[in-house]
Amino acid sequence: MASVASLTRTGRSAVSRNLPARAFTTSLSARSDSLFVHRDTDYNNPDIPFEFDAENLKMAKEIIARYPPQYKKAAVMPILDLGQRQNKGWTSISVMNAVAKLLEMPKMRVYEVATFYTMYNREPVGKYFVQLCTTTPCKLGGCGSDIIQKTIEEKLGVHGGESTKDGKFTYIEVECLGACSNAPMMQINDDFYEDLTPESTVKILDALSKGERPKPGPQSKRYKSENSAGLTTLTGKPYGPGEFCQPEFQ
Amino acid sequence: MTVSRPFLRSISTTTPKAIITNASATSSSSSPNSTTPSSSPSTSSRSLATVADPPVRRYGGLKDQDRIFTNLFSRHDHGIKGAKARGDWHKTKEILLKGDSWIIQTIKDSGLRGRGGAGFPSGLKWSFMNKPGWEKDKRPRYLVVNADEGEPGTCKDREIMRGDPHKLVEGCLVAGRAMNATAAYIYIRGEFYQEASHVQQAIDEAYKDGLIGKNACGSGYDFDVYLHRGAGAYICGEETALIESLEGKQGKPRLKPPFPADVGLFGCPSTVANVETVAVAPTIARRGGAWFASFGREKNSGTKLFCVSGHVNNPCVVEEEMSIPLQELLEKHCGGIRGGWQNLKGIIPGGCSVPVIPREVCEKALMDYDSLKDCQTSLGTGAVIVMDQTTDMVSAIARFSKFYKHESCGQCTPCREGTTWMMNMMDRLVEGRAQEREIDMLLELTKQVEGHTICALGDAAAWPIQGLMRHFRPEVEARLAAYHAKHGQVLFGGKLLSETDQRYAIPDNLGGDALRQIASS
Repeated sequence: MASVASLTRTGRSAVSRNLPARAFTTSLSARSDSLFVHRDTDYNNPDIPFEFDAENLKMAKEIIARYPPQYKKAAVMPILDLGQRQNKGWTSISVMNAVAKLLEMPKMRVYEVATFYTMYNREPVGKYFVQLCTTTPCKLGGCGSDIIQKTIEEKLGVHGGESTKDGKFTYIEVECLGACSNAPMMQINDDFYEDLTPESTVKILDALSKGERPKPGPQSKRYKSENSAGLTTLTGKPYGPGEFCQPEFQ
Repeated sequence: MTVSRPFLRSISTTTPKAIITNASATSSSSSPNSTTPSSSPSTSSRSLATVADPPVRRYGGLKDQDRIFTNLFSRHDHGIKGAKARGDWHKTKEILLKGDSWIIQTIKDSGLRGRGGAGFPSGLKWSFMNKPGWEKDKRPRYLVVNADEGEPGTCKDREIMRGDPHKLVEGCLVAGRAMNATAAYIYIRGEFYQEASHVQQAIDEAYKDGLIGKNACGSGYDFDVYLHRGAGAYICGEETALIESLEGKQGKPRLKPPFPADVGLFGCPSTVANVETVAVAPTIARRGGAWFASFGREKNSGTKLFCVSGHVNNPCVVEEEMSIPLQELLEKHCGGIRGGWQNLKGIIPGGCSVPVIPREVCEKALMDYDSLKDCQTSLGTGAVIVMDQTTDMVSAIARFSKFYKHESCGQCTPCREGTTWMMNMMDRLVEGRAQEREIDMLLELTKQVEGHTICALGDAAAWPIQGLMRHFRPEVEARLAAYHAKHGQVLFGGKLLSETDQRYAIPDNLGGDALRQIASS
């Protein structure tokens, strides 16, 4: 702020002790996770064609049938998801327009939905979309998500929100993914990888870059979210139909 | 507090109990009650024999035969064959034929309270759908199942959906019959892909078997079940936001009234219920309301899924009796706290939106709605987040503030702006870069957000901070003092005094009084 410096009265400049000049405002401009508005780019503009393929159109029809006929637009979220899957994991403006056309709703109503929900990626993502949960339970549980975060950043050489140069991986930090008893965890595409350690994280990323699909679920010895030292409940055979029920339901 | 005293005593530390037994032992000559090991102190002052105190009941220790979710850990087949072998879809037709008022009465008798966090009595809530003259209303009626499990710490519905999806689908039918609904929508959070596919499989199998759809289970009742996947918005766990989202809009909560039971999904009467609430309904109907009500304390009855995460040796999800002492829950099922009970710092007993409680309070807390309310916290979803002495409590809560900042839908100004402010202030407190007075400012801010928004997200953002300051304020203050000792005085807003241009007068509201204090000292 050179203009501020020039405003300093000469009489007092003698006492200035190498202090930074005071700016007009001290607050930072608000930054969001991503831009809410669309800006045309060479890879994302309405002129790039997008059509649902036959298989997805059939599935879209099934989805639309779940909702009352006058509320066709209720299907916007699942159809956007279909479009995103067909469009290599991200929702371009063309996908949104195609959805609007399919559901006979104003484009703006689709844009509203696509910008509100975090699972619609409005920028291209890599083949493997790595989402690491960093909310408190994951931060605390197991070895803690901080270490996993460091491991991923070192392994992929990117920070949150960036993609690797080869376009294979995109890594972001996300809020709670709902597998807190299996913390720390990350989601890669549709698969949950739980009970992570730095070693197993590296192993998973290595396997993916080789094109393999590591086994989803807990990477420790346990099967699901039971006590890892052995079952404390549900140890025997589950009870059968009518057992312990009232006489009329036995 | 006074109501729950006798129960609390039974699990409090050994010292007070020892004193009580000694007291009753000394008065044994006059009091015939002294055989009761934990008679209350009032008995020692009784001069004449009166009624004996009822034996103190201990909660917890649920048997496997009383567990509802028998495939919680997905050890068995989640498909229809396995589900039927475990007793699902058994005589569902008979339940349906009993009629809506029988089901609702059974649920009322069972004392089931909503498992999504608010704890509203389910039987009563479902009965709102059957107002006098509801038959004349030609609109369709919906049951909406809230499977948008997003509360940090909560991972119970996930286990139901991947292990016991048929319990959920059957629950939709039974609960739907109770409220005379025509269809159910299950709203699953988008990240749960595997869970959604298990539920979809269960729906498809049930349709194929004639269990749902036209003439469901041969009862003459038509009922459809649909699945809807969300797309990653925590706010859609709020009932009206969930309805908005289902209608294909942004998930922004609606003003109430009108309540969903009057104008809900697609403008029709609807009721939103949590997965666990819906999924336990068929078992309650089959085994009787009295069976369910026999667990837990009065008004807090039943069994409940608890999901434990954080600093315990073996975090897990477990179904236990309501009112189980918190300490017992952790020691019995989770292998205790890392480094022993004394290493415990605090516990968040119900997911991120409830206040944290310190160890002394944890020792007497029972896991039910009323006991935890007495402890100035809440049962919430039964998501226990454990933090041991190594935890940076301030940063743990600050992370929640960041979560709420991220998840605020932006509809109401107090929440949209307040969550950002809270996050910024909490981030500074983590560092210690603040003045002590700013702690009170932050608390005042939380009070200004709380209760001034359409939905409860504003409240939920405020409560963890209030809980932190209620129990761990000295820790925050110590952090501020340490930072001040290292970097000198800090002004309001986090600016260091040494960084300011002292040629200008600093107004008091930016911490100018700090300068005056220094000058006078």
